Amino acid sequence: MKSLILQTASRYLMVLLVIFSVFVLLRGHNEPGGGFVGGLLIAGAFALYALAYEAKEARRLLRLDPRTIIGLGLVTAAGSGLAAVWHGQPFLTGLWLPYPIPFLGKLGTVFFFDLGVYLVVLGTTLLVLFTLEEE
Amino acid sequence: MPSLGVDLSFALDGLSLTFVLLVSGIGALVLIYSGAYFGEQPGGGRFFAYLLLFMGSMLGLVLSDNVITLFVFWELTSISSYLLIGFHHHTETSRASALKALLVTGAGGLLLLAGLLLMMLAAVQLGSPLEEAGRISALFSVDFRQHPLYLPILILLLLGAFTKSAQVPFHFWLPAAMAAPTPVSAYLHSATMVKAGVYLLARFHPILGGTIQWETLLIGVGVLTMLVGAIMAAGQRDLKRILAYSTISVLGILTTLLGVGTVLAVEAAVVFLVAHAFYKAALFMVAGNIDHETGIRDVTRLGGLRSLMPVTAIAGILASMSKAGTPPMFGFIGKEALYTAKLDIETIGLWLIIVAVLANVLLVAMSLVVAIWPFFGSFRQTPKSPHEAPTSMLLGPVLLAGLGMFVGLIPGAFDRSLGSAMATAILGFPVEMKLKLWHGFSRESVFVMALSGFTLATGFLLFKKLRPWLTRTLELACRLEPWGPGIRRAWQEGRLRHELTCRLEPLGPTRAYEGLLAGVTRSAQGVTRLIQSGYLRRYILITILAAVALVSYPLLHSIQPQLSENAWQLRPHEAVVALLILAGAITTVRARYRLTGVAALGVTGLGMALIFVMFGAPDLAITQVMVETLTVILFVLVFYHLPPFVPRSTRRQRFRDLTISIVAGLLMVFVMLATASIHLEPVLTDFFAQQSLSAAHGRNIVNVILVDFRALDTLGEITVLAVAGFGVYALLRLIASQKGEVEK
Repeated sequence: MKSLILQTASRYLMVLLVIFSVFVLLRGHNEPGGGFVGGLLIAGAFALYALAYEAKEARRLLRLDPRTIIGLGLVTAAGSGLAAVWHGQPFLTGLWLPYPIPFLGKLGTVFFFDLGVYLVVLGTTLLVLFTLEEE
Repeated sequence: MPSLGVDLSFALDGLSLTFVLLVSGIGALVLIYSGAYFGEQPGGGRFFAYLLLFMGSMLGLVLSDNVITLFVFWELTSISSYLLIGFHHHTETSRASALKALLVTGAGGLLLLAGLLLMMLAAVQLGSPLEEAGRISALFSVDFRQHPLYLPILILLLLGAFTKSAQVPFHFWLPAAMAAPTPVSAYLHSATMVKAGVYLLARFHPILGGTIQWETLLIGVGVLTMLVGAIMAAGQRDLKRILAYSTISVLGILTTLLGVGTVLAVEAAVVFLVAHAFYKAALFMVAGNIDHETGIRDVTRLGGLRSLMPVTAIAGILASMSKAGTPPMFGFIGKEALYTAKLDIETIGLWLIIVAVLANVLLVAMSLVVAIWPFFGSFRQTPKSPHEAPTSMLLGPVLLAGLGMFVGLIPGAFDRSLGSAMATAILGFPVEMKLKLWHGFSRESVFVMALSGFTLATGFLLFKKLRPWLTRTLELACRLEPWGPGIRRAWQEGRLRHELTCRLEPLGPTRAYEGLLAGVTRSAQGVTRLIQSGYLRRYILITILAAVALVSYPLLHSIQPQLSENAWQLRPHEAVVALLILAGAITTVRARYRLTGVAALGVTGLGMALIFVMFGAPDLAITQVMVETLTVILFVLVFYHLPPFVPRSTRRQRFRDLTISIVAGLLMVFVMLATASIHLEPVLTDFFAQQSLSAAHGRNIVNVILVDFRALDTLGEITVLAVAGFGVYALLRLIASQKGEVEK
């Protein structure tokens, strides 16, 4: 079931969705959004792409194996917590840079934690989706 | 963990020191011994790892000063002994024996834990601070004996000790454990593992001992064990099993002595414990040498080895002499001390002596069997041609047997250095111990000597009679038809005593154990069949019903839900969304195609998202939308693999499902109303609203809670998510690979 319209549309939508998911991830701390929703969004983008073409194409576009992404996400989230331990504070205490960074705003370890959530959600969803589709 | 009264503290006193020396001393000899015993066999490294693991846990056990640490090491010894007994894991009996030992001692360990926890509780109630409640050396000053929990504590603790030290009726794991390689028996089943229970009794004697309950339980069980062990030992022909049963008997004697608890009795226990550790470890190693060199352990098929294995023979004979309690061995002093201690007790003293003499007579006879049958008489053919064992396998038995004689000749070397300190630790007040080989001519000592002599003489007579006596009983048995053919054949093949014990053994606790084990397995299978039907619909049904039952009961009892005033004031757009959701739900249920059903379900979900938007939860709304979208995609992918949908359920089933759904739905409505009618103090909300920006630099409270305040929860959740993802992946791949195999 290959639809030319869906394929063409998904190619453009893909870019928009990925950008939007990053946007949602970044604004999460102050406005509605965050790692979980962002992760679902980008997973949705790849799911759309996989439906329009096939899972193999989507995998190629993703470059990394979903399993690797899950691992990276877990490590990022846990690592962001360890930063506080390094500074002698309890595990997962949020640490913040004193000055805001252009475009990103105030940056802290909490952001990396959210990034970890984002990656795990993305990886898990795609792992299941791709496996189901390829079967 | 001071808040739980758990810490890793260690203490050394006379009792611990003696055990430390036994554990590390015999341990070192056994390590040297096993080096040659296993030779270049594969898996030797694994064996040494297990053995050292056991050694470490045993040292931890006797040194720890905290009840919980003690328990942890206790269980570690059980686990490492499981690995050691099951070392020859390719044989069925070996695995079964290892499991038996693990289950019996493990169950005892759990009871022990319960006892220790109760003890900490009682200590706290009696006014000691929590940090001190687990510290053994601090418990001496606490008087548990008046506490109402005293009896439960005592019983639980004793059950732990009895299972570990193979007391009747838990003794059956020890003979079975003889399936272990011989070095393991020499180490675990002579001086360490089985003595751990005795150690526990000795350790808690000053804390819990001295009451009528303590005396009754310990003496009762001890005497029974002593007798059963001795009688069963007399029915064996396998060298190691003879030793195992006599160990049980000795453990019974030790328990009895600790139960009596007088100064003399404790001194006797100290001497007996150490003497037994020396000779039993030596004898096990001797048995190992014989087994290693000849290939058999059956005493009736061995003979004349003294000229072929002279050093082993000397070590074996010396150790057996100590075991039989002949002067000038250490075992003799032990036996003297035992009799003296029992003479000292009033009322039951006489009975105890009679029982002790009886058990010891049997033990003497069996020591003679072990010392004489393999080494003297004419040489018999064996599977391997025997010659003397290598030096490293002689070092252990010779040293230990020699030590038994050395301490017997110069008891001062023991009583002043270790004995007094150990007795002091067990009794809880200082004692001065004086051991002598020769006690002079006081009335008491002459009587004790006479008893010792009587024991030896009777034991010797019994030994002399053993072969002819057995032959005669077997002739008699052969005439009794019902026993008939099996016995006759057994006699002809020279397996009679074996056959008899084989028939007697399963009658006891072994049978109960096996019955229990089989029962547990059967009932587990039954429960599994009942619950794990394998039908998803059945699971969902059970889950919903259970949830309804569990939630509705407390809810109906405690909370009166109230409808708020404006409950019916529906705004138009809200009404539209509500209708949408209803329509979606009804369409889902009535759908003829799966795709329709899922699409309709999606409508319901999106309606929910709209409600979230209207009531100010944009985060939830976005998530809901995304989840709905991905769920639909997932469903579509799954449906692709399913056969077309055919409604199969009967009218009655549908009616049942409808009822259950309505009940569950009503319950949800009820829960909603109940939640709305409870007015929680908005402490948490206020806290998060205040702290969100100042402490966590974020204005989105939901997100800040997720990634900062409750980040640990989130970390746990994403880990679960990842694991679930991998689970699905593994299952799908498994099915795919199975399909692939079928196609091939």
